[in-house]
Amino acid sequence: MSIIHAQDVTKAYQAGEVTVQALRGVTFDIERGSFISFVGASGSGKTTLLNLIGCLDRPTSGQLTVLGTDVSTLDRRESALFRGQNIGFIFQDFNLLPVLSVYENVEYPLIMVQSWPEHRRRERVMELLGAVGMADQAQKRPDQLSGGQKQRVAVARALAPDTKVVLADEPTANLDSQTAHRVIDLMHQLKAELGVTFAFSTHDPKIMAAAEIIYHLEDGRVTNIERSREVAYG
Amino acid sequence: MGNLLKIAMRNLIRNWRRTFLTAGLITVGVVAVLLFTALAGSFKELMIGQFTDSVVGDLEIHAKGYVASIDNLPLTLDMSPRMTERAEAVLKSIPDVVADSPRVKFAAMLSNFAETTGVRVNGIDPQKEDATLPLLRSRIVAGDRNALLKPGQILIPDLLANGMHVKVGSTVVLIATNRDGSVNGQTFVVHGILSGLNGPGGKDSYIDINDARHILRMPNGETNEIVVRLKTIGEVPQVVKQLRTALSQDHTTNGKPLFEVHSWDQLTPFSTVARMIDLLTLFIKVILVSIVLISVLNVMVMAVYERIREIGTIAAIGTQPRRIMGLFLVEGLLLGVFGTLIGVALSLGAIFLLNIHKVTFAFGQQSHIVLAPTIGAWDVVAACVVVIVVASLASVQPAWRAARMDPIAALRHI
Repeated sequence: MSIIHAQDVTKAYQAGEVTVQALRGVTFDIERGSFISFVGASGSGKTTLLNLIGCLDRPTSGQLTVLGTDVSTLDRRESALFRGQNIGFIFQDFNLLPVLSVYENVEYPLIMVQSWPEHRRRERVMELLGAVGMADQAQKRPDQLSGGQKQRVAVARALAPDTKVVLADEPTANLDSQTAHRVIDLMHQLKAELGVTFAFSTHDPKIMAAAEIIYHLEDGRVTNIERSREVAYG
Repeated sequence: MGNLLKIAMRNLIRNWRRTFLTAGLITVGVVAVLLFTALAGSFKELMIGQFTDSVVGDLEIHAKGYVASIDNLPLTLDMSPRMTERAEAVLKSIPDVVADSPRVKFAAMLSNFAETTGVRVNGIDPQKEDATLPLLRSRIVAGDRNALLKPGQILIPDLLANGMHVKVGSTVVLIATNRDGSVNGQTFVVHGILSGLNGPGGKDSYIDINDARHILRMPNGETNEIVVRLKTIGEVPQVVKQLRTALSQDHTTNGKPLFEVHSWDQLTPFSTVARMIDLLTLFIKVILVSIVLISVLNVMVMAVYERIREIGTIAAIGTQPRRIMGLFLVEGLLLGVFGTLIGVALSLGAIFLLNIHKVTFAFGQQSHIVLAPTIGAWDVVAACVVVIVVASLASVQPAWRAARMDPIAALRHI
């Protein structure tokens, strides 16, 4: 069953007097619980595509449906609500809140976005920290963690509010290759355990090979769809 | 809300030097305002008290038109005994009136048998005057302070006494022209020397009211003014209104009003000084508001600028714009609250210390006036509310900017 459906999606930016065509009619379907990656050179449109799927931006034309909702019709407040309920983000620079502990970072979306009761929050946060192997670091601040640990916390935060889709923009770009593979393995393992759809962008061939489906992007178009999961993890 | 507070608090602590500096600025502003309000208020009350308790009372009643010509001390605008009785009857009906004292005021020549000078004289009933103006006796710098005076005695201001080389016990002559134009004189023994005060009445001499009537040939018991003391000075406007209403029913045969009522501030130029003090206090408050506004605005603008990526992150993970705005508003609010609370604590401490170590100052010819600064709860609450509201308002623009930020642009920010 398709969880994300893109039909002839375009996105154009105005950069001064120049119009930049970031996406030029992208069409694809992503199934629930899949583990996919968008790959391509810098400027190929992969980050733009993740931003559109994540309701951080709206397509210029075409139809984009996420979890059955036409996200191009959502206003600012509705987009925030939709993201908070359905979509988790993992960033290249981890983007943990430096004033909060590991526990509080994972708890943040449950308090500030979804208002979960405290006992449920505690249960959920400890469950996720356990799943990413960070339960014993719960009281540490982000500046006390390594890059890999930070990204694991970011994964836990992205999954906290019963997320259906996790979007990760170059999640391993700031990690060494060993740590990068561990993070990707972790994401894959959580996908299998929780049935969450993971979509990430990368330009690292070793990392992209971890995806079940690879969407190759070039100049704002999907040029190739490759099923490589069997190769890397088969 | 608790979590918003926790995050806001941690964000403030994250840059503790800047937070400390900004809260410190607010504290300095609050201390300046509260201390100035307390000191200026104390000074004002002291000065007003000096005039109301030793010269003009809280309010005065005259025959209509008297105050307009008060510099001439006209004898033609006096109050008949019936008018005085009527006014006193009205005063008795007002519970806020503590005491009243009728006076006969006139201009005279004072002679020490060698020199002569002009002098303003108040004929008073010593007991009533004492009850109405309790500080008048404290102005006796030489002579017996236990009693104001007796018939045949005179209190004269120190400048006059010094100039004419008159001492306590000296005999002087008062010469005055009565309403008919004839000149009369009477000898008096100097009972005491009064310290002078600036302003009308501050350099007056005092004799017994019957002596005044004798010199002026007023056998029927006329008066020129009735000085009134109230329970508290705060009741003046209300009692003046009551008196004006009650006495407005009395008319001359031509239908003109018989009486006029003036509050202390209409009778002494010190009210202008009091108004200037109020204006200065307001000015200091405006400066405080500016300090708070600029410092909090500056800090919050910087906070938003420094945390653009964080704002992008929390927006991306679904935080509603109003919550993002709330986060920054709470930070501004907390800055205001911290600065204010510390400022209030320091101010109250300073006021307490000033009251323990009695600070004295000189005003006019009076030295060693003890400054006893006090501040009303309302002044403290008002300062707190103003500072906290201004701090919150100063955060609105940066908070609004943070809430409206495009998450993509914010996440890209370096």
